[in-house]
Amino acid sequence: MNHLWAAISLQEFFTRWDISPDWALVLAAVVHAALLIGLFGALPLFYIWLERKVAGRIQDRLGPTRVGGRFGWLQTLADGLKLIQKEDLAPKTADRWLFNLAPFLAVVASFAAFMVLPFADGWVAISLDAGVFLILALMSLEVLGIILAGYSSGSKWALFGAMREAAQMVSYEIPMALCVLVPLVAAGTLNFREIVLLQSGSVLNWLIFHDPFTFLAFFTYFTVATASVKRAPFDLAEAESELVAGFHTEYSGLRWSFFFMAEYASMFAVSGIASLLFLGGWHTGLPFVDQAIQGLRGWGMNQLVEGFSVGTYVSNLIGATIFTVKACLLVFVQIWVRWTLPRLRIDQVMTTCLKYLVPISCVLFLGAVLWPLVLATAARQTTWTAPLGRMLSLETTAPERPVAAAPGVSVSLAPAPETHP
Amino acid sequence: MTLALDAALFWLFALLACGSALAVVISQNVVRMAFWLVLSLGAVAALFFLLHADFLGATQLLIYVGGTVVLLVFGVMLTATGPYVQIRTSPAEGIVGAGLGGLLLLVLCYSAVGIDWGPVTDRLPGDVPAVTQSSADPRAQSGATGRALGLAFLGIRTEGLAVRADAVGVRTDAWQGSHPPGYLLPFEIVSVHLLVVLIGAAYLARAKRRVESDG
Repeated sequence: MNHLWAAISLQEFFTRWDISPDWALVLAAVVHAALLIGLFGALPLFYIWLERKVAGRIQDRLGPTRVGGRFGWLQTLADGLKLIQKEDLAPKTADRWLFNLAPFLAVVASFAAFMVLPFADGWVAISLDAGVFLILALMSLEVLGIILAGYSSGSKWALFGAMREAAQMVSYEIPMALCVLVPLVAAGTLNFREIVLLQSGSVLNWLIFHDPFTFLAFFTYFTVATASVKRAPFDLAEAESELVAGFHTEYSGLRWSFFFMAEYASMFAVSGIASLLFLGGWHTGLPFVDQAIQGLRGWGMNQLVEGFSVGTYVSNLIGATIFTVKACLLVFVQIWVRWTLPRLRIDQVMTTCLKYLVPISCVLFLGAVLWPLVLATAARQTTWTAPLGRMLSLETTAPERPVAAAPGVSVSLAPAPETHP
Repeated sequence: MTLALDAALFWLFALLACGSALAVVISQNVVRMAFWLVLSLGAVAALFFLLHADFLGATQLLIYVGGTVVLLVFGVMLTATGPYVQIRTSPAEGIVGAGLGGLLLLVLCYSAVGIDWGPVTDRLPGDVPAVTQSSADPRAQSGATGRALGLAFLGIRTEGLAVRADAVGVRTDAWQGSHPPGYLLPFEIVSVHLLVVLIGAAYLARAKRRVESDG
């Protein structure tokens, strides 16, 4: 399977130990999955602690201080241990079978998005040409677990929460897809890796600074993404003041905590998408630092398989750290917003989406499509063939391209070509 | 991936798809049916991924699992009168359904057996080049159906083009050669048609309410 190239290089590594290629591939897949599951479990632990700490500070409190020493950093783990010990309850009216299954559905869908998310140049479980498309598809599945949870609880609060969630998700998917399209139009590809490689170099190469429309699209995307992971001020699905706890009213113990794992992991996923599409992914934005990190790649001996060297590993580790820090900063903003803004009403949530965000994202999309044309007309130079030629040359991206390779920029940065005499 | 693992995964997902499709038919609770439908459609998407049709697989997930089934459950939640909606089929309906399903199965089996698969399997992208290629060059190995699909929309078919040809050479070939039919216009017509259907449905739903308020 050719899009598993990271797994295939790992598979090659394992085959050196006299295992059949099949088992080596299975082993490689298990390694990838285990790493991602580890991250999937660790991120919510950190984010829940961060949420409580930030909430405390914003409300002029200290937040957790005791468990685990100075900053209460083991608080979430202690909470998790408590949740494991709690009784696994289900209401009498519940559809027991679906009720037990629903949290897993939400977690699986949220986890599946991590498989397509690249952490560094080469650190991705599945690298697809349609990666952005697939991650949007996978993230739209999480809502199913939540709807089923609300429906099968047999409680009116849960049912109301689930219905709100369904209405909200179905509407917010439209502006989300449109906002994601804006940087994709500028990049000309759906492959995460190519999009990020396009943004190497200085900060100005990041797609957020590509044109006015991508700049606005970033903020629109972030708003929509906050709503799509049902964070405040859009957390109508679990509006505590009206619906007890919304769709997870009837859940307790570990099943309850699964919904939170899914929610926080999805926050990371949407923030990760934002940082990949708009903020340069694993690039720092400082050309000399990026070149130094890139330079590490060639360093060290190849360990048994080509491309497996200490230098590549360290370089990827630094890249993954940069990417994770960017995503965490965006998650911090989401937490900050939650504890600052009041919750909207459900009709306001729908109005925000259908009357404001959808038209805004439509305008942004149209603008992004027309932008190269405007630039080309302004520079009196047709660039019709440029994107097509790049598409046809299956030699995909050239990271050493001086400017972001979209058709418009090469024109805009060319100092107004001499008008024909 | 070798043939044995491919076959094992194929059987796993094929059995999952068929088994949960059967469960959709047998189950009587609508929302449980929706869950089995999710499993069945997801397994079909996995089969698409297994065939390197990554774009088609993602589309299957987005449209059918993420869109249609969610709308189905949403519709059930909005319209249900009791707590859990049960569907009971009468024996006559069962016989008609089984007859139609059996006929469809017969047609599918007939065409699957009747077709000479030889030339098709020759054209399939083999697994051998993907694995034997240097793993250090990931670009050569990433699934690339999206690009080919997009170009086919514009009327440019990549199957015949030399993969590693020079960029300029390929471009001139594509422009000056004969133009195969593009699919963009039919695609747009279909999507506008869908939009018309949507607006029509919304209009019908509105009209009924207006009549009630008038009368």
